[in-house]
Amino acid sequence: MKILSKTLNKINIFLENNPKITIYFPQFLIILVLTIIISYFSLNASTNMAARGIETGFAFLKNKASFDIQFSLIEFDSNDSYARAYLVGLLNTLLVSGIGIFFATVIGFFVGIIRLSTNILASKVAEAYIEIFRNIPLLLQIFFWYFAVLRLLPSSENSLILFDFVFANIKGIYVPRFVWTNFNFLTYGLVVSILAIYIFRFYSKKKQDLTGVQVPTFTTSLIIFVVINLLFIIIGNVGLSLTYPVLETNRGIHNYSGGVSVIPELIALAFSLSLYTSTFIAECVRAGILGIDKGQKEAAASIGLSKSQILKLIVIPQALRIIIPPVTNQYLNLTKNSSLAAAIAYPDIVLVFAGTALMQTGKAIEIVSITMLTYLTLSISISLFMNWYNKKNSLTER
Amino acid sequence: MQSIIELKNVNKWFGEFQVLKDINLQVSQKEKIVICGPSGSGKSTLIRCINRLEEHQKGDIIVDGITLDANTKNIEKIRSEVGMVFQQFNLFPHLTILDNCTLAPIWVKKKTKKEAEEIATKYLEKVQIIDQAKKFPGQLSGGQQQRAAIARALCMEPNIMLFDEPTSALDPEMIKEVLDVMVDLANGGMTMCVVTHEMGFAKEVADRVIFMDEGKIVEEKPTQQFFNNPENERTKLFLSQILN
Repeated sequence: MKILSKTLNKINIFLENNPKITIYFPQFLIILVLTIIISYFSLNASTNMAARGIETGFAFLKNKASFDIQFSLIEFDSNDSYARAYLVGLLNTLLVSGIGIFFATVIGFFVGIIRLSTNILASKVAEAYIEIFRNIPLLLQIFFWYFAVLRLLPSSENSLILFDFVFANIKGIYVPRFVWTNFNFLTYGLVVSILAIYIFRFYSKKKQDLTGVQVPTFTTSLIIFVVINLLFIIIGNVGLSLTYPVLETNRGIHNYSGGVSVIPELIALAFSLSLYTSTFIAECVRAGILGIDKGQKEAAASIGLSKSQILKLIVIPQALRIIIPPVTNQYLNLTKNSSLAAAIAYPDIVLVFAGTALMQTGKAIEIVSITMLTYLTLSISISLFMNWYNKKNSLTER
Repeated sequence: MQSIIELKNVNKWFGEFQVLKDINLQVSQKEKIVICGPSGSGKSTLIRCINRLEEHQKGDIIVDGITLDANTKNIEKIRSEVGMVFQQFNLFPHLTILDNCTLAPIWVKKKTKKEAEEIATKYLEKVQIIDQAKKFPGQLSGGQQQRAAIARALCMEPNIMLFDEPTSALDPEMIKEVLDVMVDLANGGMTMCVVTHEMGFAKEVADRVIFMDEGKIVEEKPTQQFFNNPENERTKLFLSQILN
């Protein structure tokens, strides 16, 4: 007993004299334990797989996929490799996430601002919108738009036709393809007009600094944009013709061909992701604007700024800094939620790669790790970009 | 002397609660008045009505010959002539001290950046924080922030300055630096309406002291008389508590 307490005492003194050990030892222990656990599982997996004759490695990516993908942004057929199938899935995920993020942001900001309107009807409508779309599970909303709305569209031969322009049927929505002549002139026009607006903004800022004269930047920018592009269109003789989708009948099966088609799965998924996420963004926007101290607006008003100047110079710059971090979260959520695509068979990366490709090859560990790494990379990229943007807008204190 | 601020039978309600009851008040050019009274007596609301941060429901308020009503054009004109200093400073945290000061001259008075910066420099020197011009509000002490807020208001070169408890949110040792700036301003001939509990300041610079209670002006006297022989019982009680 005595020896034990003596040793303990000695250890205590030793630790007190070497504080670094007390700090680093537990961390070292945790890392050691984690390494042991992970090595045990990997070893276990590899011996078991070897025993069953399962090959490991990423060589399978070069093999022929021999399945078709219903919707693809790049050329793909069953002779292409698994790697290309992965790319198709990834691009489809990026497509639906991109569309979703764009519309969720636009709708979210709009609804968030309406929600703060002094008009009771407008603010109540916005509130109802938020409460409905926020509180219904996303998967259910996807099912609703896909099965309850888009599946009820008529068959190809009885397509719903809007303005002779949009053809909607159960196989998707078809619009005419734009065929441009001298398209590059339009591109030049776009580049030149953007440059011109940039230069104009620079000089109007300089003019205000030097003479105090304020130029209405938005209206003037709009005029510059329209005029320059019109000029380029006329000079470059830019032409536009439309290739309409045509109903073709092949061995009794009706189908539209030509034009641009959007599959119902993409519409349903993009629609529900946008609506669902927009409600959260709307609440972030509302919180951001309400988060600005009333004193800020009063102080701005007391030095004679008008309502629109207060919004532009005081409220928005400060609100953005509150809004951006939670909106980043919503972008990440939307991107990850896009994997619910599998439920309605939209060929995203999960369905194509972690679904079909996995079933065919049985390379579970490889495929699941690649897919997880892909989502991780996507999420980290979004979050790095938003952090950079947030830093640009953040406050200096102390 | 011609009065620059005139309030006639001003009444104001917050819902059912009446905060201002038949207020009549006249302030002459270059006059300095101090408004005091217990919390909730309506003194802040009163001076916030003068630049229409609060809207009154009954009566007339005439500032510099312009009647305050629902006409917005008037309000922005009034506000650029009436400076206001708040209890919580309310500096814009995303702008430097210099930008806080040049904002209104540039956007409201349409000055050039150079002119605006010259004006800002002049007033930042006056309140003695020109060395902090490039810093952000969050980097300054409370006293420095309040002096910057005074400079920001002065940059619009107002005829009238309103102070809403300018020292109440400050540490005791910072109160003096702000009061010194205010005394300096008063000696320069500015028309000032000051809501404050700093009776020392009132004795030093005020021409008149107004005591408010429950939304009414209870007592209104030249400074000497106000402190030496107050008439109203409520005023006597207030003074005895605040002076001891």
